[in-house]
Amino acid sequence: MKLFARARLRNWLFVTVCVLLFAASSVWSQTPVFRAPRTADGKPNLNGIWQALNSADWDLQGHAAAKGPVPALGAVFAVPPGLGVVEGDEIPYLPAAATKKKENQANWVKLDPEVKCYLPGVPRAAYLPYPFQIVQGAKEILISYEYAGAVRIVNMDAATKAPADSWMGWSNGRWDGETLVIDVTSQNEDTWFDHAGNFHSDALHVVERYTPRSADSLNYEATIEDAKVFSRPWKISMPLYRRVESNAKLLEYKCVEFTEELLYGPLRKKNSK
Amino acid sequence: MSQSSLPSSVVLVALVTLAQVTAPGQTVTKTNTAGKAWTPPRTLDGTPDLRGIFSDSTLTPLERPKGIGAKEFYSDQEFAELARRVKKGDVGKEADLGAAAPQAVRYDLELYGFDLTKTTFASNKRTSLIVGPEGAVPPMLPEARTRNAERGAKNKGHEFDSYENRPLQERCILMAQERIPMLPGANDNNLLQILQGPGYVVLLHEIDHSTRVIPTDGRPHIPQSIRQYQGDPVGHWEGDTLVVDTTNFTELTAFRGSGEKLHLIERFTRIADDTMIYKFTVEDATTWDKPWTAEIPWTKAKGPVYEWACHEGNTMISTILRGARVGEEEAQKAGK
Repeated sequence: MKLFARARLRNWLFVTVCVLLFAASSVWSQTPVFRAPRTADGKPNLNGIWQALNSADWDLQGHAAAKGPVPALGAVFAVPPGLGVVEGDEIPYLPAAATKKKENQANWVKLDPEVKCYLPGVPRAAYLPYPFQIVQGAKEILISYEYAGAVRIVNMDAATKAPADSWMGWSNGRWDGETLVIDVTSQNEDTWFDHAGNFHSDALHVVERYTPRSADSLNYEATIEDAKVFSRPWKISMPLYRRVESNAKLLEYKCVEFTEELLYGPLRKKNSK
Repeated sequence: MSQSSLPSSVVLVALVTLAQVTAPGQTVTKTNTAGKAWTPPRTLDGTPDLRGIFSDSTLTPLERPKGIGAKEFYSDQEFAELARRVKKGDVGKEADLGAAAPQAVRYDLELYGFDLTKTTFASNKRTSLIVGPEGAVPPMLPEARTRNAERGAKNKGHEFDSYENRPLQERCILMAQERIPMLPGANDNNLLQILQGPGYVVLLHEIDHSTRVIPTDGRPHIPQSIRQYQGDPVGHWEGDTLVVDTTNFTELTAFRGSGEKLHLIERFTRIADDTMIYKFTVEDATTWDKPWTAEIPWTKAKGPVYEWACHEGNTMISTILRGARVGEEEAQKAGK
């Protein structure tokens, strides 16, 4: 009996040690293995031109390919499929908001602010199908987006409060080890997350995390919180890739002039050029 | 926030005095309290540090007022007298004082803090922003005159036909204050922020969040087949000066009647903790028979730079076009 008990204790110890070892190894494997090159002030160097390579701008959630909104464009402007970038693939809408999301989706060509070349807001700016550039200073990090010439300045000093709501919001940043963490508040309610009608209110609070994963890629995460629209915070994540072309450069994408016919065309004089 | 001029005015309210600075072209060098010549700071990467928020409000007109002749600089006494008059709001026609001219301000002065006594102008003793004995934009070549007249004539009588007939500024495509080279406009929305990262300098205008990300790695221009409203900027450092070379403009960019062959060279030099000298040279053999150069002092201003969303709040184009259509409809009814 005594012997049996000792054997049981030994077994229990063995199992415990194994479990601990396994837990420890999984913790170690999660530790970032990549240490980014440093800037002159010793911070991870995120300078560069980056771009998402997925179909999140079409729909954050997993989606099959589908026909596009303009029949004349055929295969050129059809919806590309995607596995989705939402953790758990579920966006926790409150009931009324879920209804609105469906209405948005049904009428997206008319309602999506991107169709009108409006500033994209955060996080959408990060995964639009256009590059963006990070210019990293010690106290201020500028993010310049090719789409619509959108821009944000991330304040890396003591956090400040937004003077007013705006399209791109107010960004306070800090370093968490290898990760640039940006807290984004004071965005207006007029931006969307994608063409699929995913939306938010002016209570949106986004926490972005940019973590170098290799010399030429970052892990991008955004935690999205909005008590008026969602029942709990939810998270998206995706890699961002460096545009490694030696001549990579943001070009002008002043899309206003591409939307004017849509916005003002019905008001032009009949038979004018 | 759209269409608001409040941000820069908030900043202007906080500023108080007329700052007199010296330009590189003058003999006096600004000194610090220790009496040593001012040395521009460096970023951690070792490049000259141009960072900061600046305003280009100035008392100096672009072209030299007639009657001053070839004189490039005012005397101390003349400058003091000019400053006194400006503070009183007494700016005569003979000196088109650019930003200080009251007619350039479209808003209630007090409400928006455009009271001249409360505004800081970086200014030097130049009699005109354009340097040299002529102090004026060279005469436009006949071919350029014809080109511009034709463009104007094409639009005449069709100004309200379509959005395409409206100026780029109304359409929120290119605002006056974001146009390059940068000339001081009415004294609102003059804020410009300079940021730097390794190998890049960024010029961010508050107005319409207009951003130029300028590489300083010596790369060539993008192919000439690619034309952009703001051109293609490439930069390099010459001592403490950032030199930005811009080509690839569109024919619609038209700086004072220029064509798409416009070649712009801008030079940014900090001469004191609170002062930048912005000097530009423009050349366009299809418009002027020689290049011309202007020098504009900028003074540091208080931030932050706000978001200035133009297109998102643009009701102007639809209102103008709707008005024109209603007018036509009414005229047609009245004619029947």
